[in-house]
Amino acid sequence: MIAVLMAGIAVAFFALPFFGLLWRVPWSEAWSLLTEPESLEALRLSVYCSLWATALAVVFGTPLAWVLARYGFPGRRIVRALCLLSLVLPPVVGGVALFAAFGRRGLLGDPLFDWFGVRLPFSTAGVVLAQTFVGMPFFVLTVEAALRGLDRRTEDAARTLGASPWYAFRRVTLPAIKPALFAGAVLAWARAFGEFGATITFAGNFPGRTRTLPLAVYLALESNPGQALVLSVFMIAISFAVIVGLRDRWLGGSGDGDPT
Amino acid sequence: MTGESSTSAVAYRCPMPGIFIKRLLACAALAIGIGAIAGCGTGPGGDGDGTATAGISGYLSISAAASLQGAFTEMAAAFEDAHPKVSVSINFGASSTLARQIIDGAPVDVFASADQANMTEVVDAELLRDIPTIFATNSLEIIVRKGNPSGIDSLADLAETGLIYVTCAPEVPIGRYAAESLLEAGVTVNPASFEPDVKGIVTKVSSGEADAGIVYRTDVLAAGETATGVAIPDQFNVRATYPQAVLTGSPNEAASSAWMSFIAGAEGQAILRAYGFGQP
Repeated sequence: MIAVLMAGIAVAFFALPFFGLLWRVPWSEAWSLLTEPESLEALRLSVYCSLWATALAVVFGTPLAWVLARYGFPGRRIVRALCLLSLVLPPVVGGVALFAAFGRRGLLGDPLFDWFGVRLPFSTAGVVLAQTFVGMPFFVLTVEAALRGLDRRTEDAARTLGASPWYAFRRVTLPAIKPALFAGAVLAWARAFGEFGATITFAGNFPGRTRTLPLAVYLALESNPGQALVLSVFMIAISFAVIVGLRDRWLGGSGDGDPT
Repeated sequence: MTGESSTSAVAYRCPMPGIFIKRLLACAALAIGIGAIAGCGTGPGGDGDGTATAGISGYLSISAAASLQGAFTEMAAAFEDAHPKVSVSINFGASSTLARQIIDGAPVDVFASADQANMTEVVDAELLRDIPTIFATNSLEIIVRKGNPSGIDSLADLAETGLIYVTCAPEVPIGRYAAESLLEAGVTVNPASFEPDVKGIVTKVSSGEADAGIVYRTDVLAAGETATGVAIPDQFNVRATYPQAVLTGSPNEAASSAWMSFIAGAEGQAILRAYGFGQP
């Protein structure tokens, strides 16, 4: 009985801020606020950057998860902790750290600019970098867990039947971890889509170049609160759709059955 | 078979939920207790309604423009020396951000803005106890990297291609002042970023990530060795005025009034002068 009551309080705790937002949104002008050039520009940039960040997370995260799951090497725990650090790091700190590495006077930023003329801070590429930095751990964690949970004997069987390691990975392992790949990619995307702290610190805030939706919301809060509310609800709607879709399709929605 | 393994990344099992919850409840009880005590502390502390009295006590929370950070930090210490029973805490940020927080119900005693526009927002929301008073003025200066490696001598140099110029959004006082100054000089710049507040500009320039920005004279002073200032001629410069006021529903009105008169007084003004602020 008490448990149900406390669960109810917890649900209200999560739901109330959302309903509060819905209640304050100026619905009569919602559509025009949402389709204002600045809103659309921020939306376009957010979609563009978060998809790039997700692609990078998948391309580099899959081998990383594979290595972490399959190879025992000295210092693996430290390597894993390092790769997952940005999960628990305050994003602003992440942004500062990115400066130290890729900033103009950073470890790698200096040679990058001298040799290639590449300057990451205040650029769209900087946004992608910041989003990948915070989003990739979600992908790695999910895929690594799936790889660990896999019955390796199926792979071994494929190998004994003459399959090359790459063939076995492509035809046996990959299909088996497909749900985890999807789930990880969606989680990484959602995190990248909502990224704020590292972006505003490292990539700055310029319309069309680095001002993603969360930054636009933050800025509009001062100049145009109605727009901030509409954009917030819009972002929540997207996140909500993703979570619901994710749960039903890939997180074993059938597995947990009905609550009694 | 992989469905469950992919969730295991998220779901952890708490080894001793009972103990954990007990501790959590104990913490919550403690927090509520402290809150109750703090609540008592901020009640009507003094009976005086203006000048510094010995009777004032409790907490005084101030929302102040980011450019006041150095001066007000020292001001708070000096004020606490004069009124040992008062504890001052200051929330520094862009005046626009602070005004928004106050309008949204932040429990603040005094609001000190770097411009009139954001103070007007709070006035319009009918949240001020009395008419704002100007307590300081400021002027603009170009901030460049230490030693001026980009060789910037004037506002016109800020338009150079390849130069990383950072500023703030027009809602933030410094963003609007800088735009006014550039407009006056007929210079069109191409900002790399709109920082959240003036200290953001200072940080980006003094860390070497940006080449230049327009900030307050006091910010260049405060940056000290880490950055260099380039003067803006009077005809293009802007005189920034700083108003402050006590808010209606201020949790500690007596201390607020004491703070206002402390800043207007000799000691408060001397601190502001020391940080480069001009006469009100």
